Amino acid sequence: MINKRGDGRGLTELRPMMAKVGIIPNADGSAMFAFGDTVAIAAVYGPKQLHPQHMQNPSTGILRCVYDLLSFSVYDRKRPGPSRRSQEISKVTEWALSPVLDLKGFPNQVVDVQIYIIQADAGTRTAGINAASMALAHAGLPMKDLICSVACGKLDKEVVVDLDKHEEDFKEGEGATDFPLAKFATSDEFTLMQLDGKIPPERVKEVIVAATEACKEIYEVQKKALKEVVNE
Amino acid sequence: MTMESTNLTINTLKKMFKEGKRFDGRKLDNFREIMVSYDVSNKAEGSARVKVGKTEVIAGVKLAPGTPYPDSLDKGNLMVSGDLLPLASPRFEAGPPGFTAIELPRLLDRAIRESHMIELDKLVIKEGEKVWTVIIDVYPLNDDGNLIDVACLAAVAALKKAKIPELDENGIIDYEKKSEKPLPLAEGILPTSISFFKLGDSIILDPTREEEEACEARITFGVSNWNGQRMINSCQKSKAATFSSEEIESMMKMLPGKFDDVNEKLKKFL
Repeated sequence: MINKRGDGRGLTELRPMMAKVGIIPNADGSAMFAFGDTVAIAAVYGPKQLHPQHMQNPSTGILRCVYDLLSFSVYDRKRPGPSRRSQEISKVTEWALSPVLDLKGFPNQVVDVQIYIIQADAGTRTAGINAASMALAHAGLPMKDLICSVACGKLDKEVVVDLDKHEEDFKEGEGATDFPLAKFATSDEFTLMQLDGKIPPERVKEVIVAATEACKEIYEVQKKALKEVVNE
Repeated sequence: MTMESTNLTINTLKKMFKEGKRFDGRKLDNFREIMVSYDVSNKAEGSARVKVGKTEVIAGVKLAPGTPYPDSLDKGNLMVSGDLLPLASPRFEAGPPGFTAIELPRLLDRAIRESHMIELDKLVIKEGEKVWTVIIDVYPLNDDGNLIDVACLAAVAALKKAKIPELDENGIIDYEKKSEKPLPLAEGILPTSISFFKLGDSIILDPTREEEEACEARITFGVSNWNGQRMINSCQKSKAATFSSEEIESMMKMLPGKFDDVNEKLKKFL
C-alpha cells in the first residue's frame, strides 16, 4: 500500500498538536489549539445578561458561538465579516458544544464563545471546537465532559485522520472526503457530523472508530493544557 | 422563526414513536407520497414542483454566461440559492436570512456538487474566459416539514429538464430560439437527500412540521450512485442532541434502502 499522505504521516496519525489555556487575560476563559499549521483561538465571555431581551430564556442560560477566519489566515485574503460559511460553522459549533454544558443555573443569561482562526491549513472548525471546549472549562462553567473534535476523511479509498489543506485538494480515484466530527471526550456521544465528498455507507463505521481513537489523543492534550494553567 | 412545541406534544410524540406509531398512520421510516410536476415557469431553463405530503417546493434552473473561477478555468459554475418566503408558512419571516434559510441551499449545493451529477467540464463556452453558470433557486410554497429532502428532489427534477439556451453571434442569450440542448448530466446520478430525525431514542424519516419541531436532532445525508456504488456525498448534523456510534451504524444500514426507495419514486416522474 502506497502512503498517500504528503507529509509522510501514518493514515490515522494526527498532526502535531499544541494547546494553551489562558491566552486572553480579559476573557473569562480562553484557549489556543493547533493541528499542525491550523491555529485556532477561543475566548469565553459570560454568563452575562442577554440582550436583546426577547432572546432570553427564563429556564436556562444559552450558548452563543461565533466562528470566523481572520482576513490574513488564508492565501487569498478573506473579506472581514461573517459569510454564509462562517455562519453555518458558528451554528454547528454551538450544537457541538452545548450538549456538555449545563447552563440551567444561569436563567436569562448568555455565554458568548468567540472563535477565530489565525492560520488556516484545513480542519479549522475542529481546531476551533477543541479550543472553545478548553476555554469553556477554563471559564469554570458547569460541564459534563470536554468535547474533542477532529476532521477525519478519506483519500481515494483510504480512511485518514486530520487532513491538511494539501490533502483536502486530493483528486485521484475517489478524491478527498472531509468528515469533521466531534464527540464527548469520555463517552460515545457524537455532537458534530458533517461531510463533503464520497464515502459508502458501510465504511462510515471505520471513520467513527478512527475518530474515537483520535479524540482520546486530543483529550490528553486538552487535559494537559488545562492542568498547566491550574498549576501556574 | 421557530414556534416551540408544547411539552404535551413532545411527550405524546415521544411515546408514540417508541411504539412505532405516527399521527398520520405511517411507519417511522416511511416517506409520504411524492408527486413531481414540471414547467413551473417557461422562463426558466428547467423547473419543477415537488409535493411530499403537504410540503411543497418549487425549483428553477437558470443558466447565464459568466467568467470561470480562477481555480477551475475549465469548468462551469454551480450556484444554489433559495429563500424561505413568508408566503409558505407563518413561521417564515421577512428580512435577512435566518439560519435555516442559509443552511438549506448550502446543503443542496454540497449534495449536488459532490455527486458530480452536473458535468461542469462540459459547460465551457471559451476556455478560461467564458463558461456557463448554473443557478438553482428553490422556494418552498408550503412548509409541512422535511424541507431539505423535498427541496433536493425539486432541484434534481428541475436539473433533469434543464436546457442550455442558444447564444447569438455576440455571445448573448437568444431566448427567442428554443433550445433542445439538454444540460450535460452524468448518466444514472441522482443526488438524493435523506434526513434522519431523532426524538428521545427514536429515529424517524420525513417528519411533518409538527414532528420535526419536536425532534431534538437531525442528520441530513446527500447520497448518490457513483460507479455503481452508493456513496454518501454530504452530511450535516443539526441541533444539540447527540448520536451514539450504534445509532450512526443503524442509520448507515437503513440509508441504502431508503435511498433506493426515494430514487425509484422520483424516477417514475423523470
